Amino acid sequence: MKVTVDQSKCVSAGNCVAHAPDIFDQDEDDGTVVLLQSEPAAELHDGVREAAAACPAHVISLSE
Amino acid sequence: MTETLTELPEYPMERSRACPFAPPPAVMELGAAAPLSQVRIWDGSTPWLITGYEAARTLFADSRVSVDDTLTGFPHWNEHMLTISTRRPRSVFNSDAEEHTRFRRMLSKPFTFKRVEGLRPTIQKVTDEAIDAILAGPQPADIVSALALPVPTIVISEMLGVPYEDHEFFQEHANAGLARYATAEDTIRGAVSLGGYLADLVQEKMKNPAEDAVSDLAERVTAGEIDVKEASQLASGLLIAGHETTANMIGIGVLALLENPEQADFLRDTDDPKAIANAVEELMRYLSIIQNGQRRIALEDIEIDGVTIKAGEGIIIDLAPANWDAEAFPNPEQLDLSRENAGQELGFGYGRHQCVGQQLARAELQIVFQTLLRRIPTMKLAIPFDEVPFKDDRLAYGVYSLPISW
Repeated sequence: MKVTVDQSKCVSAGNCVAHAPDIFDQDEDDGTVVLLQSEPAAELHDGVREAAAACPAHVISLSE
Repeated sequence: MTETLTELPEYPMERSRACPFAPPPAVMELGAAAPLSQVRIWDGSTPWLITGYEAARTLFADSRVSVDDTLTGFPHWNEHMLTISTRRPRSVFNSDAEEHTRFRRMLSKPFTFKRVEGLRPTIQKVTDEAIDAILAGPQPADIVSALALPVPTIVISEMLGVPYEDHEFFQEHANAGLARYATAEDTIRGAVSLGGYLADLVQEKMKNPAEDAVSDLAERVTAGEIDVKEASQLASGLLIAGHETTANMIGIGVLALLENPEQADFLRDTDDPKAIANAVEELMRYLSIIQNGQRRIALEDIEIDGVTIKAGEGIIIDLAPANWDAEAFPNPEQLDLSRENAGQELGFGYGRHQCVGQQLARAELQIVFQTLLRRIPTMKLAIPFDEVPFKDDRLAYGVYSLPISW
């Protein structure tokens, strides 16, 4: 699985961090998404899919 | 043959007294027939009412759907909202696309997931102190005045950076408009005092910044991005948007738990943070307190579910029937705190305008419900259920008071 984010559309909701805290973080100043790892380990895939679905601005793209 | 305007159903519709938790039966009937349909509102206009879960989610995220309430044809809640729409400065509430993103990012810093996690000990402490006072006081106690109102107010004033000595003034003016018999004048007076207070606080934080939301806004004023008035409006917006809503969820949430004792037992007994979080999402879905729809307007023609919403037509995305859409949530009228897909609920909205304070709201609700259930395990309603006063006439649904005994 490869993860990419379109930071320009991010509205800092933080749902990605809630679902996959090892993969996503939020910038200290404006809360926008920070991608920690672009190729998450298999056991994290469910959380990443939940994060992508929960993102209100469709910022997270997954290619599996 | 054309359908006359008088044949369209009027919106909003009334809830059933027998089922006060359910969305209005007439809305559910519309939803059963189609995911969207036209309705008539107070000014005679005929916006599209969106009741289906998929349609709601899709339209929330569509960039052709605008929140700009200065546009002709915008389906305002009422005459008051129409009147103020021309006087409100631009903000997250009425801007789209990049303009909205610019405002949104000024508000996000204190609401990040990690900042909110860091607030949990404070939220727990405020909750425990409120419950201490309930237990030390007479019976019956009113959950609304003793827990539902003070906890979110104190937490948001900490987040904003209101100094401790001003907390009482702040609480009084923040809650002035929420009282059952509050007049429009009460609400306005409260808002004006608070607006003035917050403008002073912004200026104070420009001189002496700290780690709080008003200091974040003050930084933007110093940088010339917004002026003091706009900063005060944004701070005020945070306060109003996030405090009555959370207070209402606590009040009506406790009532829902009292009416569903097995579900309450489940929430009281679990130690699993994921189960607690899921339970709160299910309460959000089941209660869908933002009643009367999120108001939008189409900027271009939009094809959806066999219908064309034309540019300039009003759109009302109604969260309650969307959250009770049986195709998304089987047996939606059941409060099932272990419902597997509760996390997909739309109580905080969706799309770019999804609630800024959602992480804070979740943390508060997760802490308050479980703490209350554990510390007052014999809690029961002290009045007959049909005497509970519901907020049928406010933007956010809830209860005006909730007397309990134990």
